Amino acid sequence: MIVAKRKPFAEIKNLLKNYQKVLNVGCGTCVAVCLVGGEKEVDVLNAEVDMARRLENNPIELGARTVERQCDREYLAELDDLVEDYDAILSMACGVGIQFLAERFPSTPVFPAVDTSGLAVNQAVGWYEERCRSCSSCVLGLTGGICPVTMCAKGLYNGPCGGTNLGSCEINTEQDCAWYLIYERLERQGRLDCILEITPAVDWHNQVPRTLVQPGYKKPEKRVPKNDE
Amino acid sequence: MKSGSHLEKVLTAGHFAFTAELEPPRGTSADEVRKRASYLKENVDAVNLTDNQTAVVRMSSWAASMILLQEGLEPNFQMVCRDRNRLAMQADILGAYALGIRNMLCLSGAHQQLGDHPTAKGVFDIDSMQLISLVKGMRDEGKFMCGGDIEEPPRMFIGAAANPFAEPFEWRVHRLAKKVKAGVDFIQTQCIYNMDKFRKWVKQANDMGLTEKVYILAGVTPLKSVDMARYMKTEVPGMDVPEEIITRLQGAGKGKVADEGIKIACEQIEELKEMEGVAGVHLMAIEWEHKVPEIAEKANVLPRPQVD
Repeated sequence: MIVAKRKPFAEIKNLLKNYQKVLNVGCGTCVAVCLVGGEKEVDVLNAEVDMARRLENNPIELGARTVERQCDREYLAELDDLVEDYDAILSMACGVGIQFLAERFPSTPVFPAVDTSGLAVNQAVGWYEERCRSCSSCVLGLTGGICPVTMCAKGLYNGPCGGTNLGSCEINTEQDCAWYLIYERLERQGRLDCILEITPAVDWHNQVPRTLVQPGYKKPEKRVPKNDE
Repeated sequence: MKSGSHLEKVLTAGHFAFTAELEPPRGTSADEVRKRASYLKENVDAVNLTDNQTAVVRMSSWAASMILLQEGLEPNFQMVCRDRNRLAMQADILGAYALGIRNMLCLSGAHQQLGDHPTAKGVFDIDSMQLISLVKGMRDEGKFMCGGDIEEPPRMFIGAAANPFAEPFEWRVHRLAKKVKAGVDFIQTQCIYNMDKFRKWVKQANDMGLTEKVYILAGVTPLKSVDMARYMKTEVPGMDVPEEIITRLQGAGKGKVADEGIKIACEQIEELKEMEGVAGVHLMAIEWEHKVPEIAEKANVLPRPQVD
């Protein structure tokens, strides 16, 4: 899932300082699961902002609404009649949701309440570990199902580097050396030949905004109209 | 000759090579580089110029290499993958060659978090293995990485690092094999203190026929103090400092530890000269360039060979 963490409160407060009526929009999917931007977190943040603004004698009117997914036009539609009552929107979704919300309501300022930090797994309650950088050229088939782009601090395709340290990464002993793990797993599977060959330099795909069309579908001939067109 | 560098000539003539290292200053003093280079002149065959070593900003490796050329020493231009993408790398290789640089050492580079700009974006567009292939492709095929033709290609003598000690040990020789396959001409190893383990690694390389394809320069770093030995043992990844080395330094007595460190280094060099598969020594006298003449003298590697 996509994971995120809440921005420092002072930063959120500063983003909202010129606005008196703000709609805080949560997202009921990834960020709700990772405990940062669902219905509950919207209420908690609103209570904090409300309190802080009262103390400054600068009260703010806050709305709260959590949609199923902010990255889906269908769910954003339910905000259409609501948004006009507010001078700004605060989004607790990931960077994708925030942008899709901003695109749907281009006349209204939209502010992020979270910092999106990656595609991660849930290892224990409240503890998430990144696993994928969505590079668009997956090598997991060669590397024993361990991603060198994400898990190696240098993203090396032909690791390990000279900093490999008894199974740890040179950046700190808490961080596993991805290539040590890759070696161990491939050895266990009798597939070390996978990493005897040199992996050539990758063609980086994640340098420009990517689009995706699944087999059986096609890109619309006309550009999808934005909400204000 | 692949490059015609002095180092290549020394090695192909069958001499036991002796190289040193110089860390460029954290400032603009060319005189500082000249001063440190003066200790190395005529005592070594080539000098490595480190490239933002340990991810700390310093005078650029190619610029310091130029100063060495002006002083009549042969540089070994180090390039790390951390700070440049493939465009900048190829541009610097062309420029370095145009200015007379003939040796290159291709490295991954320490992670930026370990250095003085820990929040920098690490580039790592390509890795050290791919960099070796890139330099080889430029030299032997006259092609840029993209396949485009190079007018008057750079002909570098291609070096890389190897760590014989990191775990898993049995994989280390395969890492070397991969670098050989990528096209490396010479290897400079991590600092060696565990000679038995190093001997095992070289034997594996001999058995796999690798030492017929690549020159191995064994890394030697004299220990200045017991603290330095302990630091190397516990803090530097992939370093193997046996307890007996530390005990020997401790036994040297007050004021004599550094001399004992040099003595150990010289004994190692003598042993390495006799080791099958080892083509030379790379002496990394860290911030101790002025001791290189003494070490070269005591290790009986002088005078350096004249080759043409």
